[in-house]
Amino acid sequence: MEPIVQYKNIHKSFGDTHVLKGIDLDIYPGEKIAIIGPSGSGKTTIIRLLMTLEEPTDGDIYVAGKNLWKVERKGKMVPAKEKQLADVRKDIGMVFQHFNLFPHKTILDNCAMPLINVKKMKKGEAREMSKQMLDRVGLGDKYDAYPANLSGGQKQRVAMARALVMKPKIMLFDEVTSALDPELVGEVLEVIRDLAENDEMAMVLVTHEMDFALEIADRVLFLDEGVIAESGPADEVINKSDNPRLQGFLKRFRA
Amino acid sequence: MFETGWNILNFLTQGLGTTLSIFLTATVFSFLMAFIAGLTRLSGNILIRGAAAVYVEVFRGTSLIVQLFWLYYAVPMLFNINLGSNWWVGVVAIALNYGAYMSEVVRTSVISVDKGQTEASIALNLSRFQRMRDVILPQALRLMLPEFGNYSIQILKGTALVSLIGLTDILYFGDIYRSTNLSEGPLAYLMVLIMYFIIALPLIWLSKKGEKIARRGVAS
Repeated sequence: MEPIVQYKNIHKSFGDTHVLKGIDLDIYPGEKIAIIGPSGSGKTTIIRLLMTLEEPTDGDIYVAGKNLWKVERKGKMVPAKEKQLADVRKDIGMVFQHFNLFPHKTILDNCAMPLINVKKMKKGEAREMSKQMLDRVGLGDKYDAYPANLSGGQKQRVAMARALVMKPKIMLFDEVTSALDPELVGEVLEVIRDLAENDEMAMVLVTHEMDFALEIADRVLFLDEGVIAESGPADEVINKSDNPRLQGFLKRFRA
Repeated sequence: MFETGWNILNFLTQGLGTTLSIFLTATVFSFLMAFIAGLTRLSGNILIRGAAAVYVEVFRGTSLIVQLFWLYYAVPMLFNINLGSNWWVGVVAIALNYGAYMSEVVRTSVISVDKGQTEASIALNLSRFQRMRDVILPQALRLMLPEFGNYSIQILKGTALVSLIGLTDILYFGDIYRSTNLSEGPLAYLMVLIMYFIIALPLIWLSKKGEKIARRGVAS
């Protein structure tokens, strides 16, 4: 099977800070990947690059065989235009740590607006699809509520519905439970678990929920100081690795 | 005294039409300029951005009354451009001047919308235009309202300058009254003040209202 996403020797710097130092990563269709690691190790940056929210300093990312950031013109690779980025983004969805719902729209319109704008759907159809998705994440009774009137867990479920209804082939989760009160984490993980078990799409989770990662991920990446220090099946990486830095990280984490 | 005051107010109403028509038209055009200049200052194109910056800084950095005289006396002579009536000269000068100030309100409001909103819009693959129209501007507008209210009051007061290019507004009639009734000068100008204040009252109310809407908040 061909990978749907390939990172080839990706580097990323912010000013003088060298965050990613040569990332090579293949993501296969339907694969569930968890990225763990200390804060500041570049976990979030990895998925932000794929969402085109950041541009790599060096290296190439391919999505479905197509170079994401560059395009060939007259034998030279030049920066890709917005149109090409938009073309790749069709297949990618993202859920953010801080939800980033549109506060001036009802949760139904949060979901329906992108369908109408991007997928050129009729309003009625877009709202119908959005309702189904909101039902799926357990918010069928909140269509007309505004984000400000929801709990953090509910907001994050809306954010997931909004991304899901666009039918991405790859879903990115950026520490989606980190901003939540502890008692609200469960309801969000429940939705992700449902997706992982019943959905075809590939998922990449940046997470601090170690047990959850172990449970749903096909593969766990341990990111440390800008490189992928460990990679493999969840159980092997989390329970059996003898990498001292990973051990240290896990110990600090579980303490 | 009370009766004289009332008479003066009645006399001043002859200028009410001019003041109000200039105020309303100039306000509409100021808003237009504010959005055009404010948004182009955020453009990715350095030439467009630069042109907008030059406009804003020149018109903010020089006085309205000098701009008024330029448009009225200098521009027609130098460039053979005739803006039509002095009514239009007044409107254009005020609109360009306050448009420059208000464009900064537009620009800073757009910038202060949470960055996460743009990121979510990109992740949902909205085009640049859709991002602005459906996500950023509706939120930025709320932030603009209180300042827009403030500036509309300023525009109203700014219209008093058009009496200097021969327009017959409220202040003009105040001057006329004083020059024919010299002893009642103080009362005449007091009535002018009261008249402007009465017109400003609904604007003050509107900007309070705007503040409330803005406070109802944006961030998620």
